[in-house]
Amino acid sequence: MVWQKHDYDSIPGTFVFNGERSNKGYQINKMAFSFNSAENRAEFARDMGAYCDKFELKPDEKAAVVAGDFGRLLELGGNIYYLAKIAIFHGMSIQDACAKMSNITTEEFIQRLQKNSEGFQQKLDNIGGYFGG
Amino acid sequence: MAKIIGGISSSHIPAIGKAIANKLQNDPYWKRFFDGYEPVREWLQANKPDLAIVVYNDHGLNFFLDTVPTFAIGAASTYQTADEGWGLKTQGSVAGDAQLSWHIIESLVENEFDMTICQEMLVDHGFVVPMTLLWGEENEWPIKAIPLAVNTVQHPMPSAQRCYRLGQALGKAIASYPEDMKIVLIGTGGMSHQLQGQRAGIINVDFDLECMEKIIHDPEWLTRISNTEIMSKAGTEGIETIMWMVMRGALGEKVNPLHKHYHAPISNTGAGVLLLEPSSDN
Repeated sequence: MVWQKHDYDSIPGTFVFNGERSNKGYQINKMAFSFNSAENRAEFARDMGAYCDKFELKPDEKAAVVAGDFGRLLELGGNIYYLAKIAIFHGMSIQDACAKMSNITTEEFIQRLQKNSEGFQQKLDNIGGYFGG
Repeated sequence: MAKIIGGISSSHIPAIGKAIANKLQNDPYWKRFFDGYEPVREWLQANKPDLAIVVYNDHGLNFFLDTVPTFAIGAASTYQTADEGWGLKTQGSVAGDAQLSWHIIESLVENEFDMTICQEMLVDHGFVVPMTLLWGEENEWPIKAIPLAVNTVQHPMPSAQRCYRLGQALGKAIASYPEDMKIVLIGTGGMSHQLQGQRAGIINVDFDLECMEKIIHDPEWLTRISNTEIMSKAGTEGIETIMWMVMRGALGEKVNPLHKHYHAPISNTGAGVLLLEPSSDN
C-alpha cells in the first residue's frame, strides 16, 4: 500500500495532478464539478459550509474551501480546473489564485508573466517567417 | 474522397473567449494576438472546409474525474456548449457528422487506438474558444465539427509520441472516407503555462518557439521528449501542446507552413498559431 514515486516529483513548486492527488482530493473536485449547475451554485452560495458537508468534505477541506485558501486546496488534492469553479465564489480568477499560491499580488504575478515573455519579438525576428514578428 | 486541406494550431484559453465577448480585439493588450488570426480566417474563408476536427481537452464539463478517457471522440449529429460553472458565456451548438465519426472510430480502433465513443458530448471552452477565434461568436457555426478530447488533466497522460501516432491513424482514416469533403484539423491548447504551485507563471518562449519550428519541420523531435521534460520546461499545463501533435500527425510527413504567429503573454500563457498545408510530396 504505497503511492509510487514519479520522475516529475522533483520539479520544484509544482503539483502534478496524478492518481495520488486525484484520489486524495476527489470529494473537493466532485463538489466543484457540481457547480456546473446554477441551482447548485445558488445552494453553495447560501451556505458554503452546509454544502461542503453534503459532499462529506473533511474539516480541513471545508475550512480551505470556505476561506478560499487555494494553496491549501492544491495540497489537499484540488485540481486547478475544478478550483477555478470554487474561486469565482471568492471573487477570484485563476490568475488571482495563482498569485496567492506564489504568495505575491496579482499585479506582481502579471509582471512575472511579462518578464518571462520579454524579448520574444526579437526571437521571432531571429528565426524569421513570423507574422508581425 | 475526404481530404485534409490544412492543420491549424491555436490557444484555447478562456480569457480569449471573454475578450471576444467584450469586443476587446482592438484593445492594446489583445490587438497583436487577434491580428495573428486574420490570415487564418482569410484562408478559411477562401478554402471553405466542410468540417473541422477539433483536438482539445475537457476541463470538467463533459467529463469528471470519475471517468477519464485518454482519447474520446464525438459520434453525434450535434454538440452543445454548456455552463462551465465559472462565468464563461455559453454559446449555441455545432453540427457534427455522425457517419464520418463512426468511420473514423472504426478505422482508429482497427489501428489499435481504443477510443472512447461519445454519442452525447458537451463541448467546453477548449473547443469553443478556437471555433470562435476562427469562425466568430455564433450560435450556430458555419461549419461541421467533430470534437476529439485528449486527457491533459489527469496524469498519466498520453505521450507526445502517442498523440502523433493517433494523428497519423486519423489521417489514414480520413483518407479512406468516400464522401467528397474538405477537412481541417485543429490542434488546441498550450503553449507554455503553469496554473498552480509556487512555479505558476512560467512562460518559456525559447521552448515554445522550438516546439513550433519542430512541429512544422521535424515533428518526430517532440515524440522523443517525455511528458516530465515538457512539464519541467513548459509548465504543468504547457503539456497541452501535445495535442498539436494529433493535428500534425494527420497532415502527413511534410507540410508547407502558410502562417505562423506567436504572442506572449496572453493571460497566463505563450500563444502560438500555425496554419499548415499538407505537402504534395506526401
